[in-house]
Amino acid sequence: MSAAAPLDRGGPAQPLLTVRGLVKHFAVKGSLFGAKAMVRAVDGVDFEILKGETLGVVGESGCGKSTTARLLMHLIEPDAGTLIFDGETVGDGGLTMREFRRQVQMVFQDSYASLNPRLTVEASIAFGPQVHGVQARQAVDRAHGLLDRVGLDPSRFAGRYPHELSGGQRQRVNIARALALQPRLLILDEAVSALDKSVEAQVLNLLLDLKEEFGLTYLFISHDLNVVRFMSDRVAVMYLGKMAEIGPAGAVFDKAAHPYSAALTRSMPSMDPDHRTEEAPIAGDPPNPINPPTGCRFHTRCTFAESVCSTRVPALDPVGPEGGPSHLAACLMHEPGSGHSKAEAS
Amino acid sequence: MALLRFGADAMPSAIESSEGYWASVWRRLRRDKVAMIAGAVVLALILMAVFAPYIVPADPFSGRMLRRLRPIGTEGYPLGSDELGRDMLSRLIYGARMSLLMGVTPVIIAFGLGSTLGIVAGYLGGWFNTIAMRTIDIFYAFPSVLLAVALSGALGAGLTNALVSLSVVFIPPIARVAESVTTQVRNRDYVEAARASGAPGFTIVRVHVLGNVLGPIFVYATSLISVSMILASGLSFLGLGVRPPEPEWGLMLNTLRTAIYTQPWVAALPGAMIFITSISFNLLSDGLRSAMDVKQ
Amino acid sequence: MSEPLVQVRGLTVSFMGGPSPIRAVNGVDLELRAGETYALLGESGSGKSVTLRALMRLNPEKKTRVEGSIRVDGQDVMALNRKQLQQFRGKTLSMVFQEPALALDPVYTLGQQIAEAVAIHEGVSHAEGRKRALELFERVRIPSPERRLDAYPHEMSGGMRQRAMIALALSCRPQVLLADEPTTALDATVQIQILLLLRELQRELGLAVIFVTHDIGVAVEVADRIAVMYAGRIVETGAVRDIIRNPSHPYTIGLLRSRAHGALQKGARLETIPGSPPDLANLPAGCPFAPRCRYAIDQCQTVTPEPVAVRDGQIVRCLRVGELEAV
Ligand SMILES: Nc1ncnc2c1ncn2[C@@H]1O[C@H](COP(=O)(O)OP(=O)(O)OP(=O)(O)O)[C@@H](O)[C@H]1O
Ligand SMILES: Nc1ncnc2c1ncn2[C@@H]1O[C@H](COP(=O)(O)OP(=O)(O)O)[C@@H](O)[C@H]1O
Ligand code: SF4
Ligand code: SF4
Ligand SMILES: [Mg+2]
Ligand SMILES: [Mg+2]
Repeated sequence: MSAAAPLDRGGPAQPLLTVRGLVKHFAVKGSLFGAKAMVRAVDGVDFEILKGETLGVVGESGCGKSTTARLLMHLIEPDAGTLIFDGETVGDGGLTMREFRRQVQMVFQDSYASLNPRLTVEASIAFGPQVHGVQARQAVDRAHGLLDRVGLDPSRFAGRYPHELSGGQRQRVNIARALALQPRLLILDEAVSALDKSVEAQVLNLLLDLKEEFGLTYLFISHDLNVVRFMSDRVAVMYLGKMAEIGPAGAVFDKAAHPYSAALTRSMPSMDPDHRTEEAPIAGDPPNPINPPTGCRFHTRCTFAESVCSTRVPALDPVGPEGGPSHLAACLMHEPGSGHSKAEAS
Repeated sequence: MALLRFGADAMPSAIESSEGYWASVWRRLRRDKVAMIAGAVVLALILMAVFAPYIVPADPFSGRMLRRLRPIGTEGYPLGSDELGRDMLSRLIYGARMSLLMGVTPVIIAFGLGSTLGIVAGYLGGWFNTIAMRTIDIFYAFPSVLLAVALSGALGAGLTNALVSLSVVFIPPIARVAESVTTQVRNRDYVEAARASGAPGFTIVRVHVLGNVLGPIFVYATSLISVSMILASGLSFLGLGVRPPEPEWGLMLNTLRTAIYTQPWVAALPGAMIFITSISFNLLSDGLRSAMDVKQ
Repeated sequence: MSEPLVQVRGLTVSFMGGPSPIRAVNGVDLELRAGETYALLGESGSGKSVTLRALMRLNPEKKTRVEGSIRVDGQDVMALNRKQLQQFRGKTLSMVFQEPALALDPVYTLGQQIAEAVAIHEGVSHAEGRKRALELFERVRIPSPERRLDAYPHEMSGGMRQRAMIALALSCRPQVLLADEPTTALDATVQIQILLLLRELQRELGLAVIFVTHDIGVAVEVADRIAVMYAGRIVETGAVRDIIRNPSHPYTIGLLRSRAHGALQKGARLETIPGSPPDLANLPAGCPFAPRCRYAIDQCQTVTPEPVAVRDGQIVRCLRVGELEAV
């Protein structure tokens, strides 16, 4: 096989993927006489994905989760930003795009749209390895092995077309296709969101099994907070193209440092008929990403907002010992000397 | 995503290998009565054109001046005779050759060139797309009749020139359809997934784009065959296409127009052939379009 | 006891036209009293929306075969003629949809749409209708309501649009509000606001609400009672507390156990229901859940389970319901 087993170069302590200063603005037609406006879909995002972890990404729709994923895959060109994969810069004479793409694969939300309707299941899975020089025969063998692994009997399913499968089965095929290149990082963008609840649990279990078996690292994007909490070691919370908070799942869900994360987690339905939610944690809708609020982007909805919040942009900094150094939040209340009354005067 | 849902367990487990895409298109097409009848008519016309020399009852080129403009049903002239006393039936049968040639050839040529241009423009996007498509739009802005006549006129009368100008007329609409279908397909998740696998652009087009765009473009092109036949008839009618005494339906319509008051039924026959042929091609292409929709 | 406000008996809905009919609803019984909120919970394709649309006779008449009886506020819905149906929709029963963007008319302002609805149904002037529209906008807590009345649907955010849709649905003072996944397309922080709004409106206006959702958490937030649907049947119904604490149908049990939630151990696996929902054009005989049910016995393949009361107000359609209590 030409695609040799992935090698861990930098050892376990080195992050698998480091993302620095990622920016993507889309030009859109503004409302006034067709003037150009900019959607700041991703506006300066930094984070690390550690080896072997699952990093969950949550946030409201339009906050830039999918754009981030597509930027990581280089499906769209970033306006700025660097990616460092296991110590090597991607592009610019470092790791080639082709090699990077073999190591990072993605599963999309829409299981039907992400399979070529004219190809059989086995042809779809075998396509990637063939592109990377695996002989057709071996690529098909590999496809059968993977189908078996994701719980679809190859003798029944290999020759089928996508429209002959159920949603859950199609998403299994998509997972098999992503794994066919033996990647190290798998980006799952709302990969279970379109599935029925009873099928979602099957696919989540499968993802956990595959992660153990192949030593994978996941970037798990979902709007379902329960699912993210269940799957993730660490969680990143995005708001309007920026990172609001990132930290261990337990800390983010139970002791959120950023007022937005706190509001988001408290917006989850309670599941307890005797203690229903009595008050909405925050009012209003997320603002338009075309002209995001100045300063802290959350200040239009934040209960702790003060005048400084509308002028000063908070930095993503560690939030003290409770969460450990891996727990970061971008809120002026946690920034010493920021001028917010709840911040320490430094 | 309530697009399609099949219970896994409701599926007969006996399906080991599925019918291919084209087999399923054929299965759906076969159920479509209208399309099947239209297809039979088209097939009959093609056979008629191919075997014309063997089936004509009389020589379509020689006539007798004494027997001009006989009505339908005259002995020896089942469909009457034309203004030079030639057998109408034989001329109509022979005419299928030229008329189909003029209807189909420009569309085939335009399909090849137009879809290549449209697919490349659609897949590459960016400035290439802008330049290619804006140029195409200039041609598209002219009514097709006008364009065909102007080009033919400029190139001079004759069969080849008529074919060339008709082909040029059909390139812009086909390229535009090809470009828009390709742009749609290019943004599908499965093409993104293929790009994410690191495949080169050419491979992606070959494996993932072509199969999904050629069908719709082909269907659109077949719907142009009738337009092409009518335009070709028009060119012949104006003396820019086929020359007499070659039998061609458009030309026959032209030369018989003086007889419209004396033998209206005979004079209308070439028009009826054009009508039947174009409607059959259109119905067949409609049937194909719905049969190619996997979601049925 | 008085007659319930909504009473559905043996409702079946099939869609014709395909190679074999799609049996979307297969015998639904449902009762709703004034001031009660009922959640219809189920996976996609289980027949929730079709049931809801049948109450309003919104399924396409030509290709749909509907059987059974539907009575709302003493009227036989199946027997209404066109004119009566128009009065009935909006005034007795009205509906909120999942995608307000599709349900609102893009070429009229929201104020115009509400004023129009009020004017038509109550025969009042447009000025009067607009006054009502303003009241309603205040009621559903749209900020700067006066200004928003003159906004077009596309100028509003998703949450605001859904509030406006609710205002429109309430414009003719209906007795029953049907809500088809009104929060599914919304973000978590907006969803909870809309749920609380619906709860408050229901209480203050004494509305009866049927709320369709696929999310148990949402059902628990809004409903008094839950009906769990599977393959076009209500397989279990009961008070919210009973359904959550003592689910008795194997499908409900499986659904609750397969939920991911915070209290689970890291790296633990979820309990799952194997397989996937059946093909409605090709329903198996007997209990439709049998191919996926871990408690299934031979009888389940042939006998269709009848409703059995397990507790006061909790009704289950399962042949083994008595034995399962012990398991
Ligand atoms: N007009 C129609 N013609 C044919 N089949 C239909 C029609 N409307 C609904 N169905 C089918 O009826 C079944 C039940 O549909 P319904 O919309 O009630 O599902 P649901 O439970 O509300 O799902 P979702 O969560 O996807 O909205 C589905 O199989 C659906 O495909
Ligand atoms: N190709 C595009 N052109 C213009 N705007 C875009 C494009 N792709 C995404 N956006 C916008 O960028 C923002 C972030 O989008 P996305 O990352 O898809 O959000 P989500 O968090 O829901 O996945 C949204 O406002 C979206 O409308
Ligand atoms: S910086 Fe200010 S507005 Fe932003 S989250 Fe912190 S307190 Fe709220
Ligand atoms: S009737 Fe049988 S198959 Fe159906 S739910 Fe009960 S035990 Fe399971
Ligand atoms: Mg997204
Ligand atoms: Mg629905």
